Amino acid sequence: MSEVLVVIDHADGEVKKPTYELLTLARRLGEPSAVFFGSPDQASAVAEKVKAYGAEKVYVVGDAEIRGYLVAPKAEALGQLVAQAQPAAVLLPSTFENKEVAGRLAIKIESGLITDAVDVEEGGVTTQSVFAGNYTVRAKVTRGTPIITVKPNSAAPEQAAGAGAVEAFAATISEAAKTAQVVASQPRQSTGRPELTEAAIVVSGGRGTGGNFEPIEQFADSLGAAVGASRAAVDSGWMPHAFQVGQTGKTVSPQLYVANGISGAIQHRAGMQTSKTIVAVNKDEEAPIFELVDFGVVGDLHTILPKATEEITKRKG
Amino acid sequence: MNIVVCVKYVPDATADRRFESDNTVDRVGVDGLLSELDEYAVEQALQLKEKHGGDDVEVTALCVGPERAVDAVRKALQMGVDKGVHVVDDAIAGSDAVATSLVLAKAISKIGEAGPVDLVVCGMASTDAAMSVVPAMLAERLGLPQVTLASVIETQGDQIRVKRDNEASTEVIGARFPIVLSVTDQSGEARYPSFKGIMAAKKKPLETLSLGDLGVDAGQVGLAAAWTQVEETTERPPRTAGEIVKDEDGSGAVALVDFLASKKFI
Ligand SMILES: Cc1cc2nc3c(=O)[nH]c(=O)nc-3n(C[C@H](O)[C@H](O)[C@H](O)COP(=O)(O)OP(=O)(O)OC[C@H]3O[C@@H](n4cnc5c(N)ncnc54)[C@H](O)[C@@H]3O)c2cc1C
Ligand SMILES: Nc1ncnc2c1ncn2[C@@H]1O[C@H](COP(=O)(O)O)[C@@H](O)[C@H]1O
Repeated sequence: MSEVLVVIDHADGEVKKPTYELLTLARRLGEPSAVFFGSPDQASAVAEKVKAYGAEKVYVVGDAEIRGYLVAPKAEALGQLVAQAQPAAVLLPSTFENKEVAGRLAIKIESGLITDAVDVEEGGVTTQSVFAGNYTVRAKVTRGTPIITVKPNSAAPEQAAGAGAVEAFAATISEAAKTAQVVASQPRQSTGRPELTEAAIVVSGGRGTGGNFEPIEQFADSLGAAVGASRAAVDSGWMPHAFQVGQTGKTVSPQLYVANGISGAIQHRAGMQTSKTIVAVNKDEEAPIFELVDFGVVGDLHTILPKATEEITKRKG
Repeated sequence: MNIVVCVKYVPDATADRRFESDNTVDRVGVDGLLSELDEYAVEQALQLKEKHGGDDVEVTALCVGPERAVDAVRKALQMGVDKGVHVVDDAIAGSDAVATSLVLAKAISKIGEAGPVDLVVCGMASTDAAMSVVPAMLAERLGLPQVTLASVIETQGDQIRVKRDNEASTEVIGARFPIVLSVTDQSGEARYPSFKGIMAAKKKPLETLSLGDLGVDAGQVGLAAAWTQVEETTERPPRTAGEIVKDEDGSGAVALVDFLASKKFI
């Protein structure tokens, strides 16, 4: 069986959930080989994690020459790894950075590219959600080594024992790839809440909050949810851009999405329409968001959310 | 200084976007416009021109798309770019991002024959395909550094610094021209065409190029040459109407919690 390269999503060696989802999907296409761009010191700990989800090999690409630059070195290294391993496919978690890596890789290795897949079947047929979630598209790569970026929450991670054999891969990074430099990087402060794109529940607020996100945050905490925002709330300076859900923010596909004081513009829908269950609180019964909901409350979020939070806390005892 | 802005003509997101029977995007039956996210690219190009004193800087709007896509170039001209280039050829229909980036790269090289291109500005994503890969592909093809997803842009001489929001951090990226730049909708509102701008646009040069003019073989682009194939497109069934309650008597919160409990979220 051929190898399938899976690029590991991690923060400083801490493997993130989408990695396990990708390893699970990769097993439908061949034998997963995880690719770790990071510090070789962390390799064995990372290998322990990914082998539990079926990684037979773990390629370690030391990131000393990669970390401080934008995208191009990673694409170069992956291109070299593809030439060596001759994989059946390359899967990457769908982040903006990885999509760009994938784009450059596609040109380098003359292979087709599919972005933002929400499923990958045996045979490499992918499912994507397009036009703000209004259409579902099934597609496949017809040339070269399929390169597929996969959205978080696309599969339930399933454990499977893999060998997890660590193999160092020495990539040659050209000077030309090191021309866009990361001059400074400020890690985002952790909110202590789940990661927006990975969360099972997302509670969002929009212009209707009037700038007061406290009811949103407290309601989110009572459900163990991540907090999101509409662009109107971000543009007003009430929430940082990292919390924005929608076309130009994050796409989320949680089990439950609760939209509060959000009208439901097409660009917002683009980021949340594929959520399993959708709930909205809005004082305007004509708000388009109500066309999407499984359950909606017409009313003022400033009275409804605090009461609901209290009720949940009470029931949880 | 030569700046090229890549602008795409896309079906209006607020209209009923759909696919043709061959699974390509319907670009004719649905009203189209200059992709809103590319307006931000035009805006940043114009601001750079203004900052660099105007006259020595030429901004060209470049669009690859069908006949009607010329509207996107016109809009950019009205906003203030100096000239337009529209690549149109029946063979391009159905191209994937790989082929589109090839045509764009060849067109940029052609524009560069008159004077080297220092900066290519793109939007963060097209509002129809939304792949966010064309700028990276262009950088790869042109052998240029890519500086993407910029929200704040500063230049000094041939140096550029941008701020951008990454997945887990905020970064500052530095590079030297020439580069491929993409900008987000956080980079600042795009200007509206003024009446003067609309009148002036009518006299600005607008060049139409075919694949032959660019030396691109028709077999390298279009639906048949795509490296990916769409097998099926299905309209998502409308969500079944949910239950809506009014909070008039103050029972909304409990009804909401009851619903969440019934779905086992509590
Ligand atoms: C190219 C482009 C990209 C975009 N990308 C995004 C994106 O990524 N994400 C995004 O969200 N938007 C995006 N937008 C903007 C989008 O079109 C809408 O403008 C935005 O989503 C509106 O945000 P909102 O629903 O919070 O505000 P509004 O549309 O103003 O809605 C506010 C809602 O709050 C309700 N309300 C007011 N007070 C209360 C109260 N006390 N209690 C309960 N309800 C109340 C009102 O009835 C109303 O329905 C984009 C737009 C463009 C053109
Ligand atoms: N056909 C096209 N003509 C001109 N520019 C394009 C075209 N397609 C993509 N672009 C540019 O590439 C950016 C990203 O597009 P995409 O990768 O399709 O999301 C857009 O915002 C445009 O700036």
